[in-house]
Amino acid sequence: MLDPALTRVRPSAAAADVPVKIAVRELVVHYGATCALEAVSLDVPAHRVTALIGPSGCGKSTFLRCLNRMNDHIPGARVGGQVTIDGDPIYGPEVDPVALRRRIGMVFQKSNPFPKSVFDNVAFGPRVHGERDPVRLSEITERTLRQAALWDEVKDRLDRSALELSGGQQQRLCIARALAVEPEVVLMDEPASALDPIATAKIEELIHELKSAYTIVIVTHNMQQAARVSDLTAYFYLGRLIEFGPTERVFTNPTRPETEDYITGRFG
Amino acid sequence: MNATYRHRRRVERLMFGATAGATVATLGVLVFLLGYIAWQGATSLSWSFFTALPAPVGEAGGGMANAIVGSAKLLLTAALVGIPVGFLGGVYLAEYGRGSLASCVRYAADVLNGIPSIVIGITVYALVVIPIGHFSTLAGGVALGVMMVPVALRSTEEFLRLVPDSLREAALALGAPRWVTIVRVVIPAASRGITTGLLLSLARVAGETAPLLFTALNNRFWSPGWLQPTASLPVMIFTYAIAPYEDWHRQAWAAGLVLLALVLGTNVLARFLLRSGAVRSA
Repeated sequence: MLDPALTRVRPSAAAADVPVKIAVRELVVHYGATCALEAVSLDVPAHRVTALIGPSGCGKSTFLRCLNRMNDHIPGARVGGQVTIDGDPIYGPEVDPVALRRRIGMVFQKSNPFPKSVFDNVAFGPRVHGERDPVRLSEITERTLRQAALWDEVKDRLDRSALELSGGQQQRLCIARALAVEPEVVLMDEPASALDPIATAKIEELIHELKSAYTIVIVTHNMQQAARVSDLTAYFYLGRLIEFGPTERVFTNPTRPETEDYITGRFG
Repeated sequence: MNATYRHRRRVERLMFGATAGATVATLGVLVFLLGYIAWQGATSLSWSFFTALPAPVGEAGGGMANAIVGSAKLLLTAALVGIPVGFLGGVYLAEYGRGSLASCVRYAADVLNGIPSIVIGITVYALVVIPIGHFSTLAGGVALGVMMVPVALRSTEEFLRLVPDSLREAALALGAPRWVTIVRVVIPAASRGITTGLLLSLARVAGETAPLLFTALNNRFWSPGWLQPTASLPVMIFTYAIAPYEDWHRQAWAAGLVLLALVLGTNVLARFLLRSGAVRSA
C-alpha cells in the first residue's frame, strides 16, 4: 500500500507570486467509520483553475464539498483540520456557513435548476441576499447569463420554465445562477460529465473566461479536460493527495508512479 | 413429460381464473354499490334537498340544506385544525426529522391513524364538549381535524421526500439558509403533491360519522355560529336511515349520493392534480 511518508505532498504548487485563496491544512474527513480523506494539505491559488482528478471514491468530491461546507448536511460526516479563505477560517463555531457559501459558490455534476422560470433561477441567490429592486435583478440576470454564454439562447424566454432548456443550457444556467451571488470562488463538481462534446466545449471555454474574475476548483474524471482547462492539477487516490503541481508538469512528467499509472490509463 | 406439461397448463388456467374472478368480484361490488347509490339517490334527489330545511315528520318534502352547510363548516374547522399541524409536522419529519424524536412522531402518527374514530370522538367530547357545556360545530370540527392529522402529516412528508436532494443543495450552495431553502424551493417543488395529500385527508374525514355523534350531534334547524350543535351529512344519513319513515329513507339515499359525489369528486381532482407529476424537478 501507500507509504504515508511518501505521500506528504508540498501543499503549494503555484508560482510564489500568486496569492493563496484557500489554504487547506491536514484536512481529515470521516463518514461514520470510514475515512474519506486523510490529512490533505493544499493551497488553492487565486484566479487560477485547480483541477482535482483521481478514480471514483478517491475523495476529490469530498474535498471539494469541504470547501463550502456542503458536507455539513450529510449525516455522520466529521471534518477535522484547518481550512481558510483569505486567512478567514471556514470551519469553527464563529463561522456562518450561509455567509460563507455566498463567497464560495458551487456547480454540481447533475444540473439542478429550480422548477422555476429562467429568470427566477438566476435571481434566486440575489433575492435570498436581500436584492428586491427589479431593475437591479434584471441587470444581474443579464450580466451573469452573458457571462455563462447563455444570454442569446434564452433572452426571449426568461419567463419560461428552466426545465424546458436542454441539458447543456441547464448546466450553464446553473453556472449563471452561481455567479449571480458574486462569489469569489466557484467550485465545480464534474460540471460537464453529463453533457455532449459541444456543450462540454462551451463549459470549458466558459471556465477559461471565468478565471480572470474568479478562483475555480474543478473536479473531473476527464483527463483531457483537466489538461485543457486547469493551471494546477491535484491527483487524489484512496483519500490521499498523491501529487499536486502545475498541470503541464503533472501530465508530462509526473513525479509519482501512481499518478503516471492513472494518467496513462493503466488503472482507474 | 407430457403429463407434467398438461398439469402446468391446468394450474396456470386455475390461477388465472382465480385472479380474474377476484378482480371481477371487486369491481362488481364497487360498480353495484356506486350504481345502487346513484339510482336510489338520484330518484330521491330534488332541488329542495339543497335549499330546504328538514320537514317535520309526516310532512312531505323538505331537504338537508342545514346539513350541507353544517358539513362544510365542520370540514372548514377540521382543515383549520388538521392542515397546519399535519403540514408543519410533515415538513419537520421530511426536512429536519432525524433520530429518535422523529421516529417517535412518525410512530405516533401511525398509531393515531389506527385509533378508532369513536374513541377520538369520546376524547373530544371530554375535552371540548364538556367544558363548553353543549355540542358544537367547533367540537365536531376539532374531532375531524384530529383525524386528519396523521394522513396529512405522512403524505406531506412523503411528497417532500420525493424532492431530490440536488435541489436542496443547489439552494444551500447559493447561501440560502435552511428555512429559505425549504420555503422557497422544496415546498414549491412538491406543492402539487402536498395539495393532493391534504385534499385526500379532508375527503377521508368528510364521511366520518362516529366522531360527530357526540361532538356536533345533530340539528333540525340552521346552526348559527360555531358553538351550536349542527347537522352534517353523515349523521343525517345515519339518523334518517334508521328512522321508520319511508320518506326519510329517500332523503338518506339522496344525502348518501351527495356525500359520495363530494368524496369521489375530491379524489378525481387529486388524480388530476397528480397526473403531470407530484413533484417538479429536472
